Amino acid sequence: MPSSNAISLYNCQAVDAGRIPVVGINEFRKFVIEAAKSGKRIASFFAVPSSPHQVRLFAVLADDNAGNLSVLSSDVSDKYPSLTPDCPQAHLFEREIAEQWDVIPQGHPWLKPVRFHHSYSTGKGNKKEGPVIPSVMVFFKVEGEEIHEVAVGPVHAGIIEPGHFRFQCFGENVLNLEISLGYQHRGVERALIGGPDKRTLHYMQTLAGDTTTGHTMAYCQLMESLSGSNVSPRAQSLRGIAMELERLANHTGDLGTLAGDIGYLPTSSFCGRIRGDFLNMTALICGNRFGRGLVIPGGVGFDVNKQHCDTLVEKLARALKDVNVAADLLWNTSSVLARFEETGVVQPEICKELGLVGVPARASGVEIDCRFNFPAGIYRFAQIPISSWHTGDVFARAYVRWLEIQRSIDFINDQVKMLPEGQIRTDIKPPSPGKFCVSLVEGWRGEICHVGMTGPDGRLSHYKIVDPSFHNWTGLAIALRNQQISDFPLCNKSFNLSYCGQDL
Amino acid sequence: MMTILKFANPILGLVIAPFLLGVINRTKAVFAGRTGQPLLQPYYDIWKLLRKGAVYSRTTSWIFRAGPVLGLAVTLTAALLMPFGGIPAAIAFKGDLILFIYLFGLMRFFTVISAMDTGSSLEGMGASREVTFSAMSEPALLIGLAAIAKCTGYISLTQMFSSVVPELWLRSGPALVLAGVALLIVFLAENCRIPVDDPNTHLELTMIHEVMALDHGGPDFGFILYSAALKMWLLGQILIGIAVPIHTGNVWLDTPAAIAGMLLLAVVVGVIESSMARLRLLHVPQLLIGATTLSVLALVLR
Repeated sequence: MPSSNAISLYNCQAVDAGRIPVVGINEFRKFVIEAAKSGKRIASFFAVPSSPHQVRLFAVLADDNAGNLSVLSSDVSDKYPSLTPDCPQAHLFEREIAEQWDVIPQGHPWLKPVRFHHSYSTGKGNKKEGPVIPSVMVFFKVEGEEIHEVAVGPVHAGIIEPGHFRFQCFGENVLNLEISLGYQHRGVERALIGGPDKRTLHYMQTLAGDTTTGHTMAYCQLMESLSGSNVSPRAQSLRGIAMELERLANHTGDLGTLAGDIGYLPTSSFCGRIRGDFLNMTALICGNRFGRGLVIPGGVGFDVNKQHCDTLVEKLARALKDVNVAADLLWNTSSVLARFEETGVVQPEICKELGLVGVPARASGVEIDCRFNFPAGIYRFAQIPISSWHTGDVFARAYVRWLEIQRSIDFINDQVKMLPEGQIRTDIKPPSPGKFCVSLVEGWRGEICHVGMTGPDGRLSHYKIVDPSFHNWTGLAIALRNQQISDFPLCNKSFNLSYCGQDL
Repeated sequence: MMTILKFANPILGLVIAPFLLGVINRTKAVFAGRTGQPLLQPYYDIWKLLRKGAVYSRTTSWIFRAGPVLGLAVTLTAALLMPFGGIPAAIAFKGDLILFIYLFGLMRFFTVISAMDTGSSLEGMGASREVTFSAMSEPALLIGLAAIAKCTGYISLTQMFSSVVPELWLRSGPALVLAGVALLIVFLAENCRIPVDDPNTHLELTMIHEVMALDHGGPDFGFILYSAALKMWLLGQILIGIAVPIHTGNVWLDTPAAIAGMLLLAVVVGVIESSMARLRLLHVPQLLIGATTLSVLALVLR
């Protein structure tokens, strides 16, 4: 087994960057492909410039059963044999690497731009001129007498983020859906290099506005590990509460929009309001409905007193009662179930092959949850059971959300009752030089993976962010195959992926 | 006085029809625990649209511009054939119910070709859905009306509805109930209400009727909204004609009763929309074929 070559890490364990093995590309390829075949997932796969003519590929593989991460690297120049033909879950990562560093994965079956920007590599004198226009590329096309093409977006009818969707249809049936994003590419990862500075935390809070706490948690855990700082138990508890409140608000909102999409008014109206209640609970703690400024490196920015706790428990009980009613209406209305069941099915095998994470994976019976498999912070002490369902359809994705809502409420109640005394923040030391660290957090959408590397000056020399949406967009495209085109909005809502989290 | 009375239905329709939408919206709002928009909001919307300018795509021709105007004209013509309350229709002749039904066919034709005129794949998709579903709802409407004609023995709308009296309900109640249910389904389908279409959705991939009007704006869109409201008013009158058989002979009593019936119908639609989800597009034909079957049963049963 070549895996003995890779370095094995735990979640949030910082190591000297020099200890990560550098192997030949063939060995690297073989290792990643075999690891994926044995059930590991690619948590992150990225390139870092190592010399003017070379980049170093880093693969972070997550072993959900063992709860550890294997990291391996390899130097390549302008091309290398692609991993995708043997390991489909690498496809988007390889496209990203090709776009960022002009490194061609030879034999990649679907080599198209991801975010539509110029390459970062400057050493080869290939600086390109002119703007790159998003979605100007060759789309997959089905041809035939009765085939028609439907293009939707980037400007949508609802108030959502921009993205372009290209359907190849046979009547009302979707043969293929191609998703083209990149409209919100801001260059966040590049802007983080040289940090941390005053802006870094703000970048994290706005990576994906609805996952403020999730991404900030991943960043803070990473920073604390890189600098070897500790977080007080009280702060960890409060962070856990913030994480679960974010999950509650978003899952509840999702149940509401799913109901809204099929024109089921009662749950739609209920959940819209209850989502606001959950957001207000976050605001109760830190004054911001999306939890900005709550999680900070070294702890949390706001403390709670006895009165806050009582209000929180009381509000939670009321919200649970309401969300119970709203969800029961969904599960007990046959016209709703007729729409949800057997719509947009993702098979568990496809799910594993594409490396889906979070709610869509658990809804297909793939039991992965970073809070359980890679616990960090409070989740090492208070475990939350994995919520899963086996049907893989829209119903399953809605139902898993409902299960998680109940478990998150239980978790918060426990935490509030047993809130440890003590400080809420400690001053964090500067990061140590030459370190490498991976931080995994289960955001409400799924696994958030941040990888940070520090240079000899202790500043960030590279920062890689993988939002769960990056894994899951392909899952949506696959779920739509042989579905009715009129069910697309429903499937889309059941995944509810982030555009800006993917575009970075 | 009599001439004004003759045109009472189109005039009442123009005045009251948008109010029905307001009542539906208010009912839904009450169910959702919201205050809801003002009851007169549909009027404000139409008035706002009528004052706006219009933008036309370069790919469209005169057909696109003619569609909304012809749609409204055809609906108003249909209103001339329909009696309301105690007021007879302005034009009545034997077999006018067939003309009535096909005037809606004509309106649909203009909507569909003006949607196709834009060349947008979304509007083409909406047009194909509209045509498919209407091919199934038309028989239900036609046979349903035929069943009532058979019960009453008249094939002119005016005579037909004036002879739906409580005694007829005693005589052929089952047939009227079956036809009434079938016509209610047709009413919901033709007016793009839940469970067939969702008038509130803005998702271009799931809409049926609304998607065909995506490229229309300003007064054109105002006309479309107005003729949609009128269509609801007219198809609603068929239901009210059966369900509210009040014919005292006094116009000042019968007409308010019919208007009250229409408002009640709007509340019923609001309740239906507040209590069930929309059907999967694939299952809509099943519902419409079910409606046709009920109509046929009503015709056979009488």
